[in-house]
Amino acid sequence: MFSTSMSWHDLGFVLQGAGVTLAVTFWAILLGTVLGMLFGLIRAVSPWWIAAPLGVVLDVPRSVPLLIQLVIINSFKSIIGVNASPFVVSCVVLGIYASAYCSEIVRGGILAVPTTTRRAARSLGMTYWQDLKEIVFPMALRVMLPSWIGLTLGVMKDTALVLWIGIIELLRASQIIVTRIQEPLFVLTVAGLIYFAMSFPIARLGAWLEKRWQEND
Amino acid sequence: MIEIQDIHKSFGSLEVLKGVSLNVEKGEVVSVIGGSGSGKSTMLMCINGLEKIQRGRILVDGTDVHARNTDLNKLRRKIGIVFQQWNAFPHLTVLENVMLAPRKVLGRSRQDAEAVAVQRLTDVGLAEKLKVYPSKLSGGQQQRMAIARALAMEPDYMLFDEVTSALDPQLVGEVLDTLRMLSSKGMTMIVVTHEIAFAREVSDRVAFFHQGRIHEIGSPEHVIGNPQQPETIAFLKSVL
Repeated sequence: MFSTSMSWHDLGFVLQGAGVTLAVTFWAILLGTVLGMLFGLIRAVSPWWIAAPLGVVLDVPRSVPLLIQLVIINSFKSIIGVNASPFVVSCVVLGIYASAYCSEIVRGGILAVPTTTRRAARSLGMTYWQDLKEIVFPMALRVMLPSWIGLTLGVMKDTALVLWIGIIELLRASQIIVTRIQEPLFVLTVAGLIYFAMSFPIARLGAWLEKRWQEND
Repeated sequence: MIEIQDIHKSFGSLEVLKGVSLNVEKGEVVSVIGGSGSGKSTMLMCINGLEKIQRGRILVDGTDVHARNTDLNKLRRKIGIVFQQWNAFPHLTVLENVMLAPRKVLGRSRQDAEAVAVQRLTDVGLAEKLKVYPSKLSGGQQQRMAIARALAMEPDYMLFDEVTSALDPQLVGEVLDTLRMLSSKGMTMIVVTHEIAFAREVSDRVAFFHQGRIHEIGSPEHVIGNPQQPETIAFLKSVL
């Protein structure tokens, strides 16, 4: 018969960590999506001498390992004397990291809208911004959704790295329990199941939206 | 009226229009025929300012299309254009496709825009398809929807850019019928087409484009029935 020394109290502690994971994911994705939309739009519609430098800048958070970014920014914050909690630092660093990927998704989505469709909109007398709002964004959204869902799930797993700057999220909370009760296999299985339980609804929501849209398009 | 005065248009080093002049009166139907790459479609794009010109000018009801201070968005309201690719807005239903521009551009209320859209869609025979998404329509139906979408703006002029070229042969007829209906209602139209028989039937005048110029122009009986230029004769022989 299976038995464990992991108590309900321990599980509560792990679930609290899961709450932190969700919170970091939420803020990082919110920031990343807003910035990513902006950067992606700029990269898709502006002349090369604006688009190209922005692309290079956004390559930095995509190329440097997230762990290094977290530690550097967290130390840098102390050096320049900004009073931000590790939680805020985590959300900002992950947010910028997500925005770099998101801008790529948005740019691809916008460029996937055929020029001829945009011309049709403009020839009806719609302005540049009306064309973007009424035609380009709704069409691009359908292209972007699957990649955006993938990005959200990726960021949720990447939040595990914030334990390195002292945040007790799901993985760190599990490690603490493991250290005490010495049952790594069981505790990590529980943690893995919780990650899955958080990701699954997002993945299903994406699949559902995609299917609904495809019935029309 | 539309006055095209000696327009020149180049894409890079390739000169597509080499001095084209053409006047289209109110109520007139002018068909434009000619080989691929002869500049027919480019001329249409220049008329509503989707393409810039390097020389010459185009006046629509006296307004210079390419003048710096011309409000192109406003000008385009009275020039409807339908393309070879019908360019449906895939995320909107047929009815919403037709309602969008009247609502956003003309500021019509939902009820007004819907009433006009239903009328136009009925005119082109799509009254049964209002709530359907464009992907569920055949090519011919999508093209008729595109015509209704342009007509819902109540334009004074309609430009047609090879609107049957991308259609299966059995669907061409229904779209041509729609154009016939428009011409019988007195719509001013410029029709770029490869349908020579149709051009002969509906046009007041036919213009034959060749290498960026209007090579021959006149009544259909003249240009199609009894062409004078060797290039026109050769072209007609190749397509008929």
